[in-house]
Amino acid sequence: MKRMLVGLAAILLLAPVFATAGAPKPNVIIENPGQCIAPTAEMRVNHMKMLNHTRDRTLRQGIRGEKASLNGCIDCHASKTTGSVLGKDGFCESCHTYAAVKVDCWQCHQPKAGYKHAEAAGVKP
Amino acid sequence: MSQPQDKSRRNFVGTAAVAGAGLGTLALAPGLHLIQVSEANTPSQGASGKVRWGMLIDTTKCASGCDACVKACNTENGINETLKDARQGSQWIRKIDLKNPKTGQEHSLPMLCQHCAHPPCVDVCPTGASMKRADGIVLVDRHTCIGCRYCMLACPYKARSLVHLPLTNQNPEVPRGQGCVESCTFCVQRVDKGLKPACVESCPEGAMLFGDLNDPASEIAQRIANEKTTQVRGDLKLNLGVRYQGI
Repeated sequence: MKRMLVGLAAILLLAPVFATAGAPKPNVIIENPGQCIAPTAEMRVNHMKMLNHTRDRTLRQGIRGEKASLNGCIDCHASKTTGSVLGKDGFCESCHTYAAVKVDCWQCHQPKAGYKHAEAAGVKP
Repeated sequence: MSQPQDKSRRNFVGTAAVAGAGLGTLALAPGLHLIQVSEANTPSQGASGKVRWGMLIDTTKCASGCDACVKACNTENGINETLKDARQGSQWIRKIDLKNPKTGQEHSLPMLCQHCAHPPCVDVCPTGASMKRADGIVLVDRHTCIGCRYCMLACPYKARSLVHLPLTNQNPEVPRGQGCVESCTFCVQRVDKGLKPACVESCPEGAMLFGDLNDPASEIAQRIANEKTTQVRGDLKLNLGVRYQGI
């Protein structure tokens, strides 16, 4: 019994060491540093809340041009090599993989910047 | 939905923002210019309940075999997926050819979401995803749509489609994806910028007219007041935003 308790204590004490050593930190590449809509610490904690509120106002009330927008995220944070916020080193995916938080935005939203939208192409107005 | 706006205050803030933009090159901090701050903090007022967007389609001008409106819609809204079964493809606007078997009279017309004032799709939606904006545009909130397709059954105009397969090539301004129902949005992303829907812009015959039904001075309201127009299945008393002439 005593030996078990000692073993348990050792595991508990060492647990943080294993945790920090086990998971490699994500490689977050910030293409345009210092120009975000809020300080980094606030963005890390609250970006999902900002986007959640804005999406409802934009879709349901038609209010556009608010501070936080998903397209705004992509314009700055899309990787300069892949053009996307997804992929192994992509701004969104790298962190969300590390935090094991599933992100569904990109099932509907365009994750690439600089999308060339043909203005009703081929059909003259 | 529409909030009362204090016009004078809004105008004052707007003027201040413009004045700020004039000093655009003034840097507040490294990389942060005043122009960015002023632009970032002036969101649009949003959809107004005083406006009711509507469309008038003159079927006497609409040419059989022409599908310019359908093509323009598909391009604008990024509808470009190909499915094994074409019947499953998304269809926000379609061309219909009608023939009266007794008289032989023929019509060709585009059919799209009629943007009802009392939309059955909104009535039946179990999650509140199907919704009507203050300015009368009926939309699907894909964030809450569960893809049950009840609205597709409820719609008398077959205006809605379900996206069956994962999509990758969306227009950034028109997010759409698998498992959600969708339909014509009157190109809400264009309307909010003051533009007309893509189909209206593209019609080579000028058969489609877009405007505010509530504004007595608008061309569409004038024509509806002075000319004979028809609501498809008017017996349902849904008060449609899309009106037809010549049928």
